[in-house]
Amino acid sequence: MSKTTTRTIKVDDLARVEGEGALYLRVRGEEIQDLKFRIHEPPRFFEALLQGRDYSEAPDITARICGICPIAYIMGATHAMEDALGVTVGSEMRDLRRLVYCGEWIESHVLHAFLLHAPDFLGYEDSISLSKDHPEVVKKALAIKKTGNKILEVIGGRAIHPVNLKVGGIFKAPKKAAMEALAVELEAGLKIAVELTEFVSGLTFPDYHYDYTCVSLKHPDEYAITEGRLVSNKGMDIAIADFEKHFGEEHVEHSNALHGVAKETGGAYLTGPIARFNNNFDQLSPKAKKLAKKAGLNGHCDNPFQSIVVRMIETVYAFEESLRLAKAYQPLKVPSIDITPRAGEGFGCTEAPRGICYHSYELDKKGLIRKARIMPPTSQNQKQIERDLWGVVEKNLDLSDDDLKWRCEQTIRNYDPCISCATHFLKLTIERE
Amino acid sequence: MTKTLLIGVGALYRSDDRVGLLIARHFKDRMIAGLEVVEHHGEGTGLMELWEDEAHVIVVDAAQSGTAPVGTLHEFDAISNPLPASFLHYSSHLFGLAEAVELSRTMSGLPQSFLVYAIEGEDFSHSETMSPAVEKAMNELILKLEERLA
Repeated sequence: MSKTTTRTIKVDDLARVEGEGALYLRVRGEEIQDLKFRIHEPPRFFEALLQGRDYSEAPDITARICGICPIAYIMGATHAMEDALGVTVGSEMRDLRRLVYCGEWIESHVLHAFLLHAPDFLGYEDSISLSKDHPEVVKKALAIKKTGNKILEVIGGRAIHPVNLKVGGIFKAPKKAAMEALAVELEAGLKIAVELTEFVSGLTFPDYHYDYTCVSLKHPDEYAITEGRLVSNKGMDIAIADFEKHFGEEHVEHSNALHGVAKETGGAYLTGPIARFNNNFDQLSPKAKKLAKKAGLNGHCDNPFQSIVVRMIETVYAFEESLRLAKAYQPLKVPSIDITPRAGEGFGCTEAPRGICYHSYELDKKGLIRKARIMPPTSQNQKQIERDLWGVVEKNLDLSDDDLKWRCEQTIRNYDPCISCATHFLKLTIERE
Repeated sequence: MTKTLLIGVGALYRSDDRVGLLIARHFKDRMIAGLEVVEHHGEGTGLMELWEDEAHVIVVDAAQSGTAPVGTLHEFDAISNPLPASFLHYSSHLFGLAEAVELSRTMSGLPQSFLVYAIEGEDFSHSETMSPAVEKAMNELILKLEERLA
């Protein structure tokens, strides 16, 4: 390719991401002239919809933001409301929440790894083509994803938009027998998850590395999922309530979605599986750590294309945690705490499969919502996705237009972006002049 | 009556994408013997789990072909032909209905009968209201399904 050549590549739809996304890329010779990861975001409909509603409605309404990760929204809203209302649930309820969250990690991670991301590494157009050559792999992935859904059914009442969870606890405690049956499925699922992790560990990954600012929750006693302080690998350690002092959103002209920024640097940061893995590796189980080391990830990952491996390592861990919690389950004597509405402000942040999902609410004295703020993980990662795209394109300018387009889409899919959480439609346009 | 599963696919807060769910709710209230009704957000593997043990399945959904007038009713017999993926990928989840049908066909086979009704929408932004043409088409489809399921 001549240095003076200017190429234009246009791609109108981003496939295999949750939602629709767009990328605009213009390259001249060996220089990127322009690169924009565009999202067209409608007004913050859900935040507006919540105003004036009762505090108890927030978990169910926000759960509708995303069908893939309803638990993240339910839990973020629930924790924030409990913070505002001065409610603390007991350790048994806390365990049940961690268990249902593991179910969401399993179903979301496996869906992304095998139905959406794996085809990139194996040269298939989609998972249907993949299933023709690797039917056993797809069959196993579907089986363990179903087990993840089963956890949501047993605790949440149903896998799609679970209805059993509430501020202060749960409507109806799961039966011990249902949890015992679940444990049997989890034992079988764990073995398959290990096999599938070994499968993705053997994939070939494009060579790209980046010194990420990894932001995640950290808990003193466990690999953080539902609780903790917010930390980074660059020394940040803050309470969830201080999130907005350290992180903000900036409007960029080419995208209607707001880009998350770290206020101190004004720059991008990474949230999600790789950030969690890098910040909390020591708290993974021995089995998960062993699989990571076998995959060449000894507590650190700086190649975003290996996110598929990290997702599966987290899946193995989620199976182990689910099994431990299901076996230890005793039906709750008091399924939920009585709540007296009061005025207040509350904050919640949990580790959605794609990264930290932050909620804050202000309530009036009747417990009605005066103000709501939600920052989904994909909004927070958007600036970092754009930064990765710059780096990946710079390293791959020798690729043909079609191959470069593929590599760009693969780069975006590294993040498992739930663009539907951050936006609505998004088109992909790459121009190479 | 032969047991039939009716799946309404959509998103309640996405304007015209509500239509599948509203049709499902209509038939849930009707409590027709032999008819099971489920609402679903459209994630493909979840759909596959719903229909894997069913013999007769009907799916109602919104579509965005971009070429048909708003309110057009598209009808597909998924047993005879693949669903055109481009019709249905307005969904917030790109491993959606069309992909799920094709993966089922490849992996485990489809139910004995599998009909898909999709209404062409135009507005999929965050809102709780539908376009008038979609609402009209919804009422027509309800009548059509009433006759079919009677």
